[in-house]
Amino acid sequence: MLAERIMVLGVNHKTTPVEIRERLAFSDPREPLKKLFSIPEVEECCLLSTCNRVEVFSVGNPTDSVKAGIRNMLFANSGVTDKETERYTFIFQEVEAVNHLFRVAASLDSMIVGEVQILGQLKQAFRDATEQNCTGVILNRFVQKSFSVAKRIRTETKIGSNAVSISYAAVELAKKIFGNLKNKKVLLVGAGEMAELAAEHLITQGVGEVIVANRTFERAVNLARRFNGSAVALSELISQLEIADIIISSTGASDLVLRKQDVKPVMRQRKHRPLFLIDIAVPRDLDPEINDLDNVYLFDIDDLQNVIEVNKSERQKEAGKAERIVKEETLKFMQWLENFEVTPTIVAIREKADAIRTAELAKTLSQLKDLSPGEIKSIEILTTSLVNKLLHDPLKFLKLNGAADEREVKLDLTRKLFGLDSEAHGKPGRRG
Amino acid sequence: MSLFFTLILAAYICATIAYIVHFIKRDKKIRTIARGIMVAAGILHTLYLFARYFEVGHTPLTSHHEAVSFFALSLTWAFLSFRWRYQVKNFGAFVSPMVTALMFIALFSSHEISELPPALQSLWLPVHASIALAANGFLALAFGGGIMYLLQERELKKKRFGFFYTRLPSLEALDTLNHHCLAIGFPLLTLGIITGSFWAKQAWGTYWHWDPKETWSLITWLFYAALIHQRFTVGWRGRRAAIMSIVGFSAALFTLWGVTYLLGGIHSYVG
Repeated sequence: MLAERIMVLGVNHKTTPVEIRERLAFSDPREPLKKLFSIPEVEECCLLSTCNRVEVFSVGNPTDSVKAGIRNMLFANSGVTDKETERYTFIFQEVEAVNHLFRVAASLDSMIVGEVQILGQLKQAFRDATEQNCTGVILNRFVQKSFSVAKRIRTETKIGSNAVSISYAAVELAKKIFGNLKNKKVLLVGAGEMAELAAEHLITQGVGEVIVANRTFERAVNLARRFNGSAVALSELISQLEIADIIISSTGASDLVLRKQDVKPVMRQRKHRPLFLIDIAVPRDLDPEINDLDNVYLFDIDDLQNVIEVNKSERQKEAGKAERIVKEETLKFMQWLENFEVTPTIVAIREKADAIRTAELAKTLSQLKDLSPGEIKSIEILTTSLVNKLLHDPLKFLKLNGAADEREVKLDLTRKLFGLDSEAHGKPGRRG
Repeated sequence: MSLFFTLILAAYICATIAYIVHFIKRDKKIRTIARGIMVAAGILHTLYLFARYFEVGHTPLTSHHEAVSFFALSLTWAFLSFRWRYQVKNFGAFVSPMVTALMFIALFSSHEISELPPALQSLWLPVHASIALAANGFLALAFGGGIMYLLQERELKKKRFGFFYTRLPSLEALDTLNHHCLAIGFPLLTLGIITGSFWAKQAWGTYWHWDPKETWSLITWLFYAALIHQRFTVGWRGRRAAIMSIVGFSAALFTLWGVTYLLGGIHSYVG
């Protein structure tokens, strides 16, 4: 059976602590791929190595020696004893292996469910394996199918659509307030890593302009240059409120930078255009009471954290839908494997029948010399339809889906019945 | 005819259910279905209007049933027409229940054909009544948008990020919706009042005689005029505009029903 030959063996964040995983990471896949491919009975292989997982996808007879060989390759130079390696590694075979790869590709097996990097990493791993000529028909189909499954899950579920980091949460909230971020202006008050990250995300979402205000003006100028924006002094903050739409504050000040009475008169000048304030400083920069003003929305770091929590549970729900898609696609792939097994037999039967037909036709036609072209044509049609009608039912029987062991018996019986294998081995009967 | 009307109502109910299911489940396929049913119901309802015209012999806008039915129809088309310009996420889940509610009211009011007194037989009847009811359709949309705005704003202000947060569109989109609905609804309302006064002149000899319906429509008009004025000059928007749209629509509904049933007057249905 083909399905039995598919196996996934490896370590990931669920089975193995990071202290062990980090000793396994392969930066250059070429050498390890060569080693894997040289293990006898490994016919096809692919190696996926990321910071959360090192996994080998292989096609071949899954004997104990193959498993041990792969394990040894993975843990070479890691200083982990053989006994421990068995404890740390997982093995999936057949349906489970298919299911596993599809889940990995769709980011259902990731530490952060729904993250996008894993698909790129898997694509790179597959590219490396094909470049080293380690893949064949089955693995090509298998891994490529996992890409399309991942794509289907991205489009049919919302697994990756909600923000699960602070800076993305800021973008999401901005979109809930402004809808479109085009032509909106961002004011960074103070410069911190998180504020910069949020600003970067906002820029990729189309934000028009970035203004930086900082205690040390020089730092403001440097940061502003990075975003193609302008720098202002911290004392100009309140006048800038009139222009800016999104304000991200992250100063190290111990006192409040902006109070309710500072913002209130500005709103009138802004003609009540909404103002979105993000306070990621601890201790806080912005007076919490600012949030009470109409058309002003203030969020602190805990609020952003709440958004993330909500989104995470949202993703969990979507993950359920995604698991159903994985199951469905796994089933489809298993079916493809089955048909892949049956196909050579069908082809062989057709070839044999056609060979007999053409041989017998040639013999007959050589004896019947004075036939018109029309009559020759009629005889040809006659033979073809005889063959087709005769083969129709057996082939249909072969293509029928049934239980796995029954199918094997069927295949075996059919091959014997049509003498396919004896012929392939050089017709021993006639030779004697 | 009555059966036909019930069929249309059933279609609206189906559309409402589909919109609400989509609102909860967020399945795009269901939204497509909901939209399809809504369009079909709108077309059937329009056909009903024509059928009623031939049955009654004059523009079917005189009985309470006819007026409310036309109100529902104009709300439906106002809603569907918005899809040409831009999409407001999940708006259907708020509009379709309103349409259905109106259809129920129309269903339970008498379907009998009312004979028009000769004084009211005029070309102004269809013009005045249809414009006034179409204005109500757009004002109802502003009302629905206002409710959505308040719900979404509450989520954002209270930082709850719950059920409505993920499902409702952005505040800006809802505010723009409010703006557009008023920009169409208010001129229609104005036109409705003007054509009404022309009709009054023709029927009763004076343009305006302070009957309760006229007074209340003037109050409604002043209310919306104030909102639009403030919007353009001081920039009243968001929460205030949403609340004003909700209150304003209540005034419009009072003009339509409250006046008729509580205050009476010559306008009394006949609308």
